[in-house]
Amino acid sequence: MAKAPAYFGFWYRLGTWLLKSTSWLVLFFLIMPILVIIPLSFNVEPFFSFTKGMLTFQPEAYSMRWYSAIFSDPKWVLAIKNSFFIGICATVIATALGTCAAVGLARDDMPARRLITALLLSPMIVPLIITAAGMFFFYSDLGLAGNYLGVILAHAALGTPFVIITVTATLAGFDYSLVRAGLNLGARPVRVFWDIIMPLIRPGVISGALFAFITSFDEVVVILFMAGPQQRTIPRQMFSGLREQINPSILAIATLLIILSIIMLVTIELLRRRSARLRGVEA
Amino acid sequence: MADPVGDKPFLQFTNVKKTYDHKSLVVKDFNLDVAKGEFITLLGPSGSGKTTCLMMLAGFEDVTSGEILINGRSVTSIAPYQRNIGMVFQQYALFPHMTLRENLAYPLKVRKMAKDEINAKVDEYLTLVELQAFGNRHPGQLSGGQRQRVALARALIFAPDIVLMDEPLGALDKKLREQMQFEIKRLHDQLGFTVIYVTHDQTEALTMSDRIAVFNNGIVQQCAAPHVLYERPANLFVADFIGESNKIMGTIAQVGDETVTVRLADGAEVSSLKANCTEIGAPTTISVRPEKLTFTDRLGGACNQIKARFVARHYVGEYIRYQFETADGSELVVKNLNDSSAPQFSAQEEVALAWLAQDSQALDRPAPQKTT
Repeated sequence: MAKAPAYFGFWYRLGTWLLKSTSWLVLFFLIMPILVIIPLSFNVEPFFSFTKGMLTFQPEAYSMRWYSAIFSDPKWVLAIKNSFFIGICATVIATALGTCAAVGLARDDMPARRLITALLLSPMIVPLIITAAGMFFFYSDLGLAGNYLGVILAHAALGTPFVIITVTATLAGFDYSLVRAGLNLGARPVRVFWDIIMPLIRPGVISGALFAFITSFDEVVVILFMAGPQQRTIPRQMFSGLREQINPSILAIATLLIILSIIMLVTIELLRRRSARLRGVEA
Repeated sequence: MADPVGDKPFLQFTNVKKTYDHKSLVVKDFNLDVAKGEFITLLGPSGSGKTTCLMMLAGFEDVTSGEILINGRSVTSIAPYQRNIGMVFQQYALFPHMTLRENLAYPLKVRKMAKDEINAKVDEYLTLVELQAFGNRHPGQLSGGQRQRVALARALIFAPDIVLMDEPLGALDKKLREQMQFEIKRLHDQLGFTVIYVTHDQTEALTMSDRIAVFNNGIVQQCAAPHVLYERPANLFVADFIGESNKIMGTIAQVGDETVTVRLADGAEVSSLKANCTEIGAPTTISVRPEKLTFTDRLGGACNQIKARFVARHYVGEYIRYQFETADGSELVVKNLNDSSAPQFSAQEEVALAWLAQDSQALDRPAPQKTT
């Protein structure tokens, strides 16, 4: 943070100092719970606390046993497979639908734009437990509860708003004369979409897809309602792990998820920079 | 109004009307015949309907009623991507994610032309607009003038029947604009395409066009060659919109074959070319261009005269601009070449100004103009 200007009096200086320290405290409380998990996941004992050996950095106090425990337990392996399978399928559906919706909603001549946007974004705002309960009763009647299709559709519905938001953001300031130019040069509307609109909104589409994937990946409420034992995902398995056999394998999988999240965040950031660079050149 | 070349005009607007809200017409009964290879400009203030006409021709707007015909065939039911009409957009509309070569190749690619043929064409057109060295750059790395040239090349590369230009030079500065006017004219002469050009800049319209259609309030006020438009404006709007115009008020006293006699407020009688005001006793406005209005000693013999008081003399450079006021309070402007004989006057000095009948027009004085 910049040095306080010379004209700041005592109270201003105090205020600045308070602001700084509060900010650091907030950061600390946000990050510490996540960071503390990582060393604990290497605990050789089945405890959720630091042992003496860990605190004195004795190598024998650390081990990979919880990691191997995960990969040798068929329940966890199934959960990991399920999470990726459901996540990827839901992401594909959410991305396709969300992109189409965003492109359509960006048009000036779209009737009832606000109403439709509000409806499409509602899964983000309505408390998840309500959505989940509603989905459970509705999907049960259609025979979609307790199978992959139902879970995937439910997660796609939850992920779509994120795609709509990120794609809409990249479409803001989109120059529609480019579309007219494309048509004028002889390209059919579908071709114009793939050749001209898609490359320019791709960063939004990809970051929307990542958000949709993360939404599905750490979603537990809908899974609790909708999934049968065959569709258990990682969060669901962690949830039951907490209740039934409490041991640091939860911490190990959490550490893996943290690493995955970091990779995704970095990807999103790189994409954002790339699109900013493209736009910078454009200006 | 327009003289069709041959029996069937190449491009024809007949009774074209356009409304966006089903209440007011943006374009009211537009008729225009365009010959192949002609350079036609639609000129008018913003909101006069000229861009709408262009958009209807390109297929981006529906025609409310009437017909647009190319080679006698109606285009109203043809999709924009099938019309084969080139267009240069106001903000260039170059694809920012494609290089110049890719931009130019795009219309050929969608037409499924062979790769080496595309490459040859792209090379040819890059050379044509003198951008050979920039083929692999993105539009963002070019200056405004260069982008404009690319936009022009892209609109021409697929050899369209008609090229539309929607205020293509609006975003450029004055120097560059003049350069580009020249460039467009050069390409037009070289390649012989038909141009429909939209602008609100009258100088641009006068220097580039074969014919100009002057729009106001959705109606074509006059469609004629630049010199006709300037020297024989059909009505007061055209006289006012194209260039500067002195307006001298009077009433029609006599009507002849070619000329009319007009009685001015001070009782003096002057003669003027007959235009759209031919009823004896009708109020009329005589329009005289500032460079045609001069001092009595410069025009010997039979000429019209009006007395006015000297107000100001402005030094412009290539000419000197004199401002006078007549007895009824209206302002008169004289543009005199900046030569050694450009006179000096003292304040409030009464001067007799003169002009020739053939340099003036007696125009209908319209009811107070609505501004839209």
